[in-house]
Amino acid sequence: MRLSTRRGMIAASTVALTTLTLAACSSGDSADEPTEGSTSEETTEEFEPLTEVALQLQWLPQAQFAGYYVALDQGYFEEQGFDSVEIVPSGGDIVPQDALVAGDVDFAIAWVPKVLGTLEATGVELTDIAQVYQSSGTLQVSWEDSGIESVADFEGKRIGSWGFGNEWEIFAAMADEGLDSTTVSITTQDFSMNALLDGDVDAAQAMTYNEWAQVLEVVNPDTGELYQPEDFNVVSYQDTSGAMLQDAIWADTARLDEDPAYADAAVRFLKAVTQGWIFARDNPEEAATIVYDYAVNAELAYPVGPVHQLWQMNEVNKLIWTGADFGVIDSGAWDQTVAGALAAVNQDGLNLITAEPAESAYSNEYIEAALAELADEGVEVEGTYTPLEVELTEGGQ
Amino acid sequence: MTTRATSIGWGVTGVLAVVVAWELYKYLGPAEGVTVGDTGDAGSGQIILPRTHDRAMPHVWSMIVRLFEPTSGGDSPALIVSVAAAAAVTLGIAVVGWLIGVLVGFGLSLVMQRWRLLEWGLLPWIVVSQTVPLIALAPVINAIGNQIDRSGTPWPQWLSVAVIASYLAFFPVAVGALRGLQSPDRIHLDLMRTYGSGYWPTLVRLRLPAAVPHLLPALRLAAANAVLGVVVAEVSIGMRGGLGRMLIQLAGQGSSDPAAPWGPIFGAVVLGLIAAGSVALIGVGLKDYRRGEATS
Repeated sequence: MRLSTRRGMIAASTVALTTLTLAACSSGDSADEPTEGSTSEETTEEFEPLTEVALQLQWLPQAQFAGYYVALDQGYFEEQGFDSVEIVPSGGDIVPQDALVAGDVDFAIAWVPKVLGTLEATGVELTDIAQVYQSSGTLQVSWEDSGIESVADFEGKRIGSWGFGNEWEIFAAMADEGLDSTTVSITTQDFSMNALLDGDVDAAQAMTYNEWAQVLEVVNPDTGELYQPEDFNVVSYQDTSGAMLQDAIWADTARLDEDPAYADAAVRFLKAVTQGWIFARDNPEEAATIVYDYAVNAELAYPVGPVHQLWQMNEVNKLIWTGADFGVIDSGAWDQTVAGALAAVNQDGLNLITAEPAESAYSNEYIEAALAELADEGVEVEGTYTPLEVELTEGGQ
Repeated sequence: MTTRATSIGWGVTGVLAVVVAWELYKYLGPAEGVTVGDTGDAGSGQIILPRTHDRAMPHVWSMIVRLFEPTSGGDSPALIVSVAAAAAVTLGIAVVGWLIGVLVGFGLSLVMQRWRLLEWGLLPWIVVSQTVPLIALAPVINAIGNQIDRSGTPWPQWLSVAVIASYLAFFPVAVGALRGLQSPDRIHLDLMRTYGSGYWPTLVRLRLPAAVPHLLPALRLAAANAVLGVVVAEVSIGMRGGLGRMLIQLAGQGSSDPAAPWGPIFGAVVLGLIAAGSVALIGVGLKDYRRGEATS
C-alpha cells in the first residue's frame, strides 16, 4: 500500500510542477502589450502610420463580437495596413472604457450608457466613433400568464436585473411610465435564466441574442419539448423610450485630436471592422463558426454551442443592419439614450448621469470617412440583413 | 492487504453514500423544494429545502455522461479534457500560493517563537487576517498587481491569484508551526541548556523535529486552502484558464445545460485531494519525526 501511495503522490507532485512551469510560460504572452502611438509630436499629415492596435471587448468571444474576429480571420485588418490587431476579451475583470482610458488598448467596445456614466464620474473624454448596434437587444421576459405585457405592468412585480450597468434601460423605461424603483422589487439575477424558470422573479432580463435563446433551449417538463416563444411575454426595450444604444466602438478623444496617426488608424480600423460585419451579415453561418472556433480554441471561453452561436449571429445582425448606414450614430437614438440616462434612477436612488455629456462623446467623422473610402473601393456598404430561421436545440449544442 | 482493501472499501462507501443521498432526496423531495412564508408572489418566502428538478439537481449519471460530451458542443474537446486542462492551471497557481504561504507562515512562526513579544503582537493580527473576506481582498490585490505590471515590472495576473491563495494558506502554517516549535518539554529544553546549546542548535536539533507532527497537518490544511483560495480568486478577479472562471462561465449557461457546471466542481474536489495528498509525500520523508501524530 505504502509503495502505491508513494507512486501516486510522486505522480501528483510531478503534475503540480509541470503545470506550474506551464503557467509560468503561458503568462509570458501577456507581456508584449502593444506600444502606444508615436511619441514624437509630428505636424499635420506627417506621421508614421500605426500598424499595431488592440481592441478591448466587453465580454468573452461570442457571436456578439463576430465582426472583429471575422476581420481578423479574413485578413481585413491586414488589408488596412495593420500588422497586428489584438482582440482582448474580458471575463468581467476588465471594464472596457477603463482599459481604454488607462491606455492598455486603443479602442474598446462598450454600451453607451455605461460609458456615459464613466465619463461623468471620472471626467475623462472618450468618443463613440461607430455605433455598431443600432437598436437595443434587451428584453424583459415573463411567463405568458403573468400579465406583464408592457413596462407599465411592472408595478408591484419582482423584476430581475443583472446590475453592473446593464440595468439602466429598465429604470429609464420605468421613469417614462412614471414608475420609480420603489414601485417594483428589483432582484439581481445571475446570467442563467433559472430565476425566471423557477419563479423567483416575475420578469427576467435577457438579451435577444443570448439569454432569450437560453430559455428556448430548455425542455419544458410539461410537454417534453423545448419551451416555445408563445410560452412567454416579452417586453423589448427597443419598443420603449428606455431603449439605449449598446455595443459601440470607443476611442480616446484627446488622442484623436492630437495624434494624426491615431485618427488615421481609427478610420482604417473602422474600414476593416465594417467589412468584418458585412461578411457576418452575408455569411452568418461562416461568421458564427469563425467566432466559435476562436472562443473554443484560442480564448478558453467555454462558449455555448454552435447552434446558440448561430442564433446569436442572426439576432446580432438584426440589431446592426436596421437599414441605416453601418456604424453611423443616429442623433435621435443618441439623444434618447442621453435622455434615458438622465431620467433613470436606480434602486439605490442614484442617477446614472446628471448632466448632458460633452459634444465630443460621439463623432460620425471617422465612420463616415471609412464608409466613403470603402464605397470608393467598390465595397457595398449599404444593404439589409435577411434573417435566418435558427432552430434551437437543447443546450444549444 | 486487508487494511488496503478496508480503506478502499470505506472510500467507495463514502462516495456511494453521497450519491445515494443525492438521488434519494431528488426522488423523494418536492420538485419546487419547500418554502416557508410564500405569499404567492414571485420570489417571496424562504427556501428551506432545495428544489429537486433536473435544472437544480441533475442526476449523478447525467453529470458523469456530461463529462464525456463536448464542452461547448460541436467538435470541442470533451468536458473532462477541458476540466483537466483548467485544473492543471489552477493546481499550478495553487502550488505557488502554497509555497508562498508556507514560507511566510513558517517565517512568522519562527520569529514568534523566538521573541515572545512578537507573538503577543502578531498572533492576534494573524487571526484577524482570516476574518477579512477573500472576495473583498482579491480585487485589491489584483489592482495592486496591475499597477506594478503597468509600472514596468512584469506581474502576470496568475501571480495575484497565487498571492491571494497564499493569504489563506499561510494561516494554518503560522499557527501550527508555532505550536510545534513551542511543544518540546521543559525537561528536553533544560537538557539542551545543560549541553550549553544556544538558540540555533536547540532550534535545529530539538524544536524543528518536535514541530513536525504539528506542521504536517498544517501543511495539508494549507494545501487545501490554497486550492480553495485560487478558485475563489479566479472568480473574483475574472482570471481565465482555471477552474473558477470555467465554473462561472458554465453556470451562466446552467438553465439549458445544468449538468455542465458539475464538471469543474468535480475537478475542484479532485484538486483538493491531490493537493492534500501531495503533502503526504513530505510526510513520508519526515517519518522519523512523526511520533504522536495521528496517521493520515
